[in-house]
Amino acid sequence: MARIKIPRKSTAIDMTAMCDVAFLLLTFFILTAKLKQEDPLRVDVPASTVKVNVPDVDMATITVGHGKVFFGLEGTDLRKSLLEEIGKKYSVAFTPEEIQKFSLIPTFGVPVNTLKQYLALSTEDKKKYTQPGIPAPKDSTDIVTSELFNWIYQARIVTRNLHNKELRFAIKGDSREQYPEIGKIIDVLQKQAVNKFSLITSLNQGK
Amino acid sequence: MAELDTSGGGGKKGGKVRSKKASTRIDLTAMVDLAFLLITFFIMATTLAKPKAMDTIWPDKTKKDVQLPVPESRTMTVLLGSNHSIEWYVGPPGKTPPTVDHFTKNGIRKSLIEKNKEIEATHSGKDNYMIVLVKASDKSTYKDFVSILDELNITGIQSHAVVAITPPEIELLKKDGNY
Repeated sequence: MARIKIPRKSTAIDMTAMCDVAFLLLTFFILTAKLKQEDPLRVDVPASTVKVNVPDVDMATITVGHGKVFFGLEGTDLRKSLLEEIGKKYSVAFTPEEIQKFSLIPTFGVPVNTLKQYLALSTEDKKKYTQPGIPAPKDSTDIVTSELFNWIYQARIVTRNLHNKELRFAIKGDSREQYPEIGKIIDVLQKQAVNKFSLITSLNQGK
Repeated sequence: MAELDTSGGGGKKGGKVRSKKASTRIDLTAMVDLAFLLITFFIMATTLAKPKAMDTIWPDKTKKDVQLPVPESRTMTVLLGSNHSIEWYVGPPGKTPPTVDHFTKNGIRKSLIEKNKEIEATHSGKDNYMIVLVKASDKSTYKDFVSILDELNITGIQSHAVVAITPPEIELLKKDGNY
């Protein structure tokens, strides 16, 4: 009995094209990905059903958590001139190196009088150092003189000058934070007629 | 991996020793695996980490003349107390005792929808919608505040405002042990 022999075919598939596609996609994702920056102040953001993403440009974030206030401004050019303006305001002369270093820090929480020492620290020491937060107003009488007010005010001026746009604000609060702490920040913003701002939340799909 | 060796193998006996011609094909399976793993990682890391922004607009405090009188019968006041508790009442303060509520689907959300319908039914004219006044006490957390704004968004309440809490309202919260 003669058997029909089925020719054995190789099971190998040419992977070259697939590999090309995979790496093309990978390159695309790496380039478009905005790496998650490590926040110096870890906050647990409350959840909501809002689906609007936080914009990336001309944006300032005020992080509130554990009784501390941190300030963050998007854009290295804005941060550079912001520090110059703050230096003028508080008569602290920042060197070009310090301004360069400051422009690389997206979020910080150091009072102006210790900012020089903080910027002098190495990258590792900066991580170890617990930032005390920006001095926020204690009550309604010292809102205008508080450092937070001036950071916000100067950041608005700088954005207006460099980008010709109104700076947008977002409050990133810890969900366990007591409401008065957030209320203070809202008061600071409202004192300079910033009546439109966002509250940063994470997406809650459960409900 | 699954590539079969189809080359001839060793040479004939007595012939010249020839070096085996190696195939130029490389098995790319592992490389593709790795690439897709990384793609998956980047997809996850980029889309899931995006924070959301809840836009809020607050009344301008510098302008005093834009404050419109609010008809008290159309207002619903929501008080935020300690331990994620809520109390609400409709109408002017002190007229109706507050209802203690909680952040669930059948809690505050149901109350908001029901009261909204009730007020729309009992009032006539163009402006018959309910106005919700949110009053956060010092003992409430930021989470509660965001939750109540979110509930207002979900229920589609047309008008709401965040107002400072008054001492009589704190007394109301204290009476129910929510302050």
